[in-house]
Amino acid sequence: MMKNGGRILLLVLVLSMFMTGFLFAQGGKEEAAGESEVTEIVYWQYFYETKEQTVSKLIEMFEAENPDIKVVQQTFPYEQYNTKVASSVPSGEGANIINLYYGWLPTYIDSGYLQPLPESKFSNEFIESEFFPLVGAAKFDGSYYALPTAVRSLALFWNKKLFAEAGLDPEVPPSTVEELVAFAKQLTETDKSGNYLQTGMTQELRAQLHHWVREVLIRQFGGTPYNEDGTQVTYNSQAGYDAFDFFVKLNTEENIGMPNFMTDDVTAFKSQMMGMTIDGSFRLGTFDALEELDYGVTELPSMNGERYNFASFWANGITSFTTGKELEASVKFLDYLTSETAMSMWLENVGELPAKKALAMKDEFKNNPKYGPFIRGLEYANATKFIDETAQRMVWIDAYDEVLLNGMSIKDAVDQAAATEQAVLDKYYSGK
Amino acid sequence: MKTKISSFIQIRVILLAVIGIFMLFPFVWMLATSFKQGADVYNLSIFPQNPSLANYKRLLSRSIFPWWFMNSIIVGFSVTASVLFFDSLVGFALSKYNFRGKKVVFLMILSTMMIPTEMLVIPWYLMANNLHWVDTYWGVMFPGMMSGFGTFLMRQFFMGIPDDLLDAGRIDGLNEFRIWWKIGMPLVRPALSALAIFSFIGNWNAFMWPLIVSNKVKMFTLPVGLSFFNGEFQSQWEMVMTGASVATIPVFIIFLLFQRQIIQGIALTGVKG
Amino acid sequence: MIQESASRRSLERTKRIWAYLFLIVPVIFYVSIRFYPTLQAFFLSLTNWDIVSKDKEFIGLTNYRNLFKDEVFWKTLGNTGKYVIYGLPTSLLLGFIIAYNIDRVKRGSEIFKAVYFIPYITSMVAIAWVWRWLYQPAPIGVFNKILIAVGLPQQKFLFSQTQAIFSILATTIWADVGFQMIIFLAGIKQISRQYYEAAEIDGANNRNLLFRITLPLLKPTIVFLIVTGTIRYLRIFTQVLNMTYQGEGGPLNSTKPLVLYIYRSAFQQFDMGYAAAMTVILFLIILAITLVQLRVMRSED
Repeated sequence: MMKNGGRILLLVLVLSMFMTGFLFAQGGKEEAAGESEVTEIVYWQYFYETKEQTVSKLIEMFEAENPDIKVVQQTFPYEQYNTKVASSVPSGEGANIINLYYGWLPTYIDSGYLQPLPESKFSNEFIESEFFPLVGAAKFDGSYYALPTAVRSLALFWNKKLFAEAGLDPEVPPSTVEELVAFAKQLTETDKSGNYLQTGMTQELRAQLHHWVREVLIRQFGGTPYNEDGTQVTYNSQAGYDAFDFFVKLNTEENIGMPNFMTDDVTAFKSQMMGMTIDGSFRLGTFDALEELDYGVTELPSMNGERYNFASFWANGITSFTTGKELEASVKFLDYLTSETAMSMWLENVGELPAKKALAMKDEFKNNPKYGPFIRGLEYANATKFIDETAQRMVWIDAYDEVLLNGMSIKDAVDQAAATEQAVLDKYYSGK
Repeated sequence: MKTKISSFIQIRVILLAVIGIFMLFPFVWMLATSFKQGADVYNLSIFPQNPSLANYKRLLSRSIFPWWFMNSIIVGFSVTASVLFFDSLVGFALSKYNFRGKKVVFLMILSTMMIPTEMLVIPWYLMANNLHWVDTYWGVMFPGMMSGFGTFLMRQFFMGIPDDLLDAGRIDGLNEFRIWWKIGMPLVRPALSALAIFSFIGNWNAFMWPLIVSNKVKMFTLPVGLSFFNGEFQSQWEMVMTGASVATIPVFIIFLLFQRQIIQGIALTGVKG
Repeated sequence: MIQESASRRSLERTKRIWAYLFLIVPVIFYVSIRFYPTLQAFFLSLTNWDIVSKDKEFIGLTNYRNLFKDEVFWKTLGNTGKYVIYGLPTSLLLGFIIAYNIDRVKRGSEIFKAVYFIPYITSMVAIAWVWRWLYQPAPIGVFNKILIAVGLPQQKFLFSQTQAIFSILATTIWADVGFQMIIFLAGIKQISRQYYEAAEIDGANNRNLLFRITLPLLKPTIVFLIVTGTIRYLRIFTQVLNMTYQGEGGPLNSTKPLVLYIYRSAFQQFDMGYAAAMTVILFLIILAITLVQLRVMRSED
């Protein structure tokens, strides 16, 4: 027995050492095989099933047109994508073309990780005349560093079945904020001790609603979230207090819902226990997959006749260690990724909106019952100049918790949020 | 008296069973969710309304899944083998010999347990990159080839072996390496089994480093691959649960294989300070 | 006489040479793979490196000075302490009780062992998800549904500053008990029957046996579990990342442990220097605790 155990252990050990050596050598071989006439470039994005598939199709089409270029797509889990990208930076290797959230661009551009897009192909005039103005968030010191295929905005989703059950017209969504609250009240159901059985609308700051408060409500209440160049927080004003007060009271006084109901707003809406939610066009696919869910989409409600929206995007940049033939190939591929062909495919397969204005504003898109509200929303949308989106989002979540859990006043909570967020901005801009 | 004892034991069994159900509940829920589809996923019940294997089919049909599984197996077994070999060798040296610097070496090895892996990831990546270890198995494995935990464990167990047994080997003319291999190792097989389980589990679930060091999707280990389902906007929980269920099976087999040995063996030697 | 001592000395020398031979490869490994990177991290704590820049500016002890002014740092340090102080003894105690009882079950102990060990081998991400659901408010949270059913008010669990840390601890302990149990069982099995038989002849009852024989003889096992358990609880991370809002250790940082703060500083704020400084502090804390524990362990021998 003892002898056997020893032998087995030895065997496993030797085997594994062999295997390691073998596979190690293989890894080396593959690298050597890569050298040939064909220029190989690497594209990185995070994993999202339809995005990965769409890019694969685009690569196929691109390679057919450019037989001397090979594009390798590598994808990584969404939650760790930024960690993965950052860790690869010090080594000076990795992707040639990389897909980054626009809010991360400042950090990566400052560090010299991205190079400005070549003027010859992507001149400022060309970009500014063709793309939506919010793409300006990728412009630093006069040059563009990245271009999106698609952009995103917000809209209001409503559940037609729940509307009918609550005695509301299932085809008429709220168009003003006042209607939103009134409808939500009718949609809310509780048991006799006040526990929610069904809620009227989402209250999920951590999802999309911190954008709603920041870029929509504050402006609707007559304020601005930031100054012109995005370096100063300006929502610690009466408009800011009013907007946040309005938002908090949806839960505490209007009693039309609460955060975390059914864990999150998407789950609540999917399982038909929440009447209305605010979300992006990327969610259409999620909801369409559920046959039993009958819903409509409309523009975000207005207040005093004013409408605002929040827009954002993921953009493709070229890394600075990409030179020579690789750079040429990367520019070609980036051009292809931001072509109208790619954008139409993207809208159809991923559900994100074309970044080029003329294409998005085509009647078939603009008046589409599902995409239309988002596209129309782009016309009055702002993109926050995020430095650290997670931290800046936490600021609002913490302010909310301070009011609800610690009984802090609205004013103090907003002031504290503003101070914390200003510190994030100062740290970044003072380092420049 | 006898009936009293047996009824007492039964109460014990009932209690253990009740707590056991509580222990199992989340696990069973995980399994149940893996058989659910669509809105049913967000339904509370333990029993799926329309149990289906669709999630498993979807998981296994991803052509890349077998690769992830195999990568994890290769990494798990290789690292575990190396850990068993080196940790017991070092543990033996630290418990059975007297030499200068022994305490320093022991504390040094122990202190490797005190640094969060997250902080070492970037230096390791730079190292792996310079030596062209990125996207290789060796790249995934090298930081874990020896472990402070295992060395500590093996040291404790070797301390429990009487020196006389080893001296007997010396009289027979065995060299020290053979004494460790032929006499020491068989006596600590239980500890080796425990270490094998813990080391395999640790590497099987390792996430951060395999993620950083692999770029090619074919080189991902199972946890890295499965985290694809934890996506932007919302996680596909039924897929996460299916993946976790599949990932648990090999670990459970390893546990069943080794658990009997742990219990029996420690009875022979024991943990001693 | 002289010959004998000479041969013993030569044997000792041979053994020493063998010991060095055994250690040479591992020491090279530890120095290059573990110590060199660790020293790099220590060095980084004196810089303001942000991962993505090429230059690392030396800024002396600024990071440490900022740490002492950082409320969140103190908060996370306190939370980490809570995890250890409340979590470790509870899981040790439960692990022991379960092991002690499983040991006394005549039939089916193998099944119980497997059942209690299953949480330990299940993926933490999956576990965190299931538990997060259990803690939700009604109508989906099981715990709250039970509370409502028996006429009690709903509890906030993960969304309360006071309850959240204990809710996460409950999950942690649930997953950790199996690990403690296995090692306790091993320890219990090692105690010779003879001790018990001798005591039973003296008329000792069950309780006497437990406190006079089982527990004292388990001391080495307990100390081993305490040393490794302290390190494990001080490095608590994955469950908090997966059970809280955005993985931020909320509400209002009430559950954020030090390692999570380190991770966020390094890979979200890209403040590598600051994260490295916290790592150094964590390292010193663990080292100090371990040294004390090892000293206690030796005196018990």
